[in-house]
Amino acid sequence: MHRMANKTNLTMAFILLFCALTSHAQQSHIGHLVGNAKHGKALYQRYCIFCHGAQGDGNGDSAPYLDPKPRDFTKATFKCRSTPSGDLPLDSDLYDTITRGVHASGMPSWRPLLRQDRTDLVAYIKTFSPRFQEEQPVAPIQIPSEPPTSPDSVKRGGQLFQSMNCGLCHGKEGRGNGPSAASLTDTRGYPIRPFDLTSGTRLKCGDSDTGIFRDLTTGLDGTPMPSFASALKPDQIWDLVHYVATLRAASK
Amino acid sequence: MKIKDMKTRCVWLAVVVVSATLTCGRWLTSAAAADTSSSGSVTGMVKFDGNPPKASRIDMSSDPNCKSGASTAMTEDVVAGANGSLENVVVFVADGLEGRTFQPPAQPAVLEQKGCSYRPHVVAIQANQKLNVVNSDATTHNIHPMPANNRESNMIQPPGVPLDLTFAREEIAIPVKCNVHPWMRGYIAVFKHPYFAVTGKDGGFELKDLPPGTYTITAWHGKLGTQSQKVTVGAGQNPKLDFVFKQ
Repeated sequence: MHRMANKTNLTMAFILLFCALTSHAQQSHIGHLVGNAKHGKALYQRYCIFCHGAQGDGNGDSAPYLDPKPRDFTKATFKCRSTPSGDLPLDSDLYDTITRGVHASGMPSWRPLLRQDRTDLVAYIKTFSPRFQEEQPVAPIQIPSEPPTSPDSVKRGGQLFQSMNCGLCHGKEGRGNGPSAASLTDTRGYPIRPFDLTSGTRLKCGDSDTGIFRDLTTGLDGTPMPSFASALKPDQIWDLVHYVATLRAASK
Repeated sequence: MKIKDMKTRCVWLAVVVVSATLTCGRWLTSAAAADTSSSGSVTGMVKFDGNPPKASRIDMSSDPNCKSGASTAMTEDVVAGANGSLENVVVFVADGLEGRTFQPPAQPAVLEQKGCSYRPHVVAIQANQKLNVVNSDATTHNIHPMPANNRESNMIQPPGVPLDLTFAREEIAIPVKCNVHPWMRGYIAVFKHPYFAVTGKDGGFELKDLPPGTYTITAWHGKLGTQSQKVTVGAGQNPKLDFVFKQ
């Protein structure tokens, strides 16, 4: 009898664990908001399906006319993240991309949608890849506070720009015209241009200094832009940020 | 008196533990030894039939720090020897090990970037085995594996900075490239078992310590596709198997 009760308890525990695990993938959390994938699906079919497709594979009806191509959610590879290269994004990363939009692409800002709606969309987008169920969420990268910029920091950053071979893609002066630029493709094989840092246009994943620090640390997955996390110390990444700021300022 | 008692107990305990360890250890080694003696290996050659396509020179002038390798650097799409031996072919057990699981080896595999090329051109590892990526060049590389069934990462690697990669799932094979040096191409083959080999200059391969059974052996080449053959391995038998690729 006692054994039976134990068994029932164990079964219950497993069912609860299963529910917890599966519901985790169907949900999203932004602050105190909890996203609902079912509601997210209805929104997706109204707003997102034309580009990202019914299967979430980026093959919607408009996709052939778009450059860069809409994101393929089934691979769960995302450019704009706060997590290390290769890891899944946080809910807030997907939410921020939906809210901000992706500059110089077909992805508009969805800020006009309610916060709850955007949170629901995040929950639904996570259902397209089993990775969100299989993999544990990882901690975001640390961004230490920014030291003030200085001529020395900019100088060190310029040296890093050269020694890290940034110029081979972004060009010696950061114009996006390095010798390897023409060869670059994204993971799906479509041509992709390195960012022209002197163009004065907005960056894809947000424009602040901390945003650039984050991009350099995480890399933009699915593109040729690598992560500098294991190669540079935070102070060096700040130097690089300060140097890039001078390239960008020159255009203004 | 009591202390003496405890001492005796301790001595007895030590004797029991030591003898148990010895017996178990001996039993384990004998089991492992028996396993090897009843297993066989598959050996053979991989050849290319016809005239292999000519390799072309790689222009590395965009990065002067690659120069050391530039004098000899050639494309590695098809590398065949004078007698037709085909290099860079992964030969592996594709079928016949169902229901068995294998631990990854503790020893890491090594992928070296030298002369702005990957050494070896094709590296084969077990799932979750560490792949030690080494940059022996005087320039910065980025190592960008582009898997279909594993997580995609992309790390920059300046000279001398260590970097380890692992892949959780079997995939034959993951193309890897360096975006800053677009001519750099290589492959990482990932297996869930240890029965694989990559052919070298002589085109030969050996799949060691295979338990008796019937297997599908597959040969994979990055440009020439795959071929499969069935083979039966008996205890202590070493069947031979050859593969011939054409363009």
